[in-house]
Amino acid sequence: MNVQILYFASVREAMGRDGQLCDLPDTLITLGDLADWFVAQGHAVFANRDKLRAAIDQTMAKFDTPIAGAREIAFFPPVTGG
Amino acid sequence: MIKISVQTADFDTGAELAALNAGDCGGVASFTGIVRADGGLSALTLEHYPSMTEKALAALAEQAFERWSLLAVTLIHRVGRLVPGEQIVFVGTASAHRAAALESCAYLIDRLKTDAPFWKKEARSGGDTWVSAKASDDQAAARWQ
Repeated sequence: MNVQILYFASVREAMGRDGQLCDLPDTLITLGDLADWFVAQGHAVFANRDKLRAAIDQTMAKFDTPIAGAREIAFFPPVTGG
Repeated sequence: MIKISVQTADFDTGAELAALNAGDCGGVASFTGIVRADGGLSALTLEHYPSMTEKALAALAEQAFERWSLLAVTLIHRVGRLVPGEQIVFVGTASAHRAAALESCAYLIDRLKTDAPFWKKEARSGGDTWVSAKASDDQAAARWQ
């Protein structure tokens, strides 16, 4: 499954890029599985869920949300606007 | 009426308040956020998620309309580099009655802080650091659930 992955703020800096098109294995079911997949590839910024948030197709989503059908998935730290 | 704007330019609170008062509303409430010079801060740089930001702000405004009897909501958030003293965010609400205007204004700024995809980076003499989210902001947003 090809999905556009985006990174923002400290996650973007840790990844050294603002996004990439990823061909995800079918074994990844939830956002949490996807975060674990990044950790397994050596990206420690995905390991601490307290410091990580995600959105599927521009809507905030919890880590138990299924990713099937997603076109764009974003990872970022907890927001600090206002 | 809902007005949403994400912009680098400053905004005129007087003009925004005047626009919220369409002539037949009972009251207008507002909150203006201003960059503080905490601990030698020289500037803030605001990053956001462009395709999501306006969608998230519009969703908050629509939730406020569902919850209170409102006539108008304005949400403005600046992005880019801001120095202490500059305006960063504006929330304005108009209603026939003060309680709806005041409560929805508080709701919108509390929820904006936890639901809208903005991130602040602080510039100080020692270097640049990302601002950490505060548990108190989560608690302030949670009181509206």
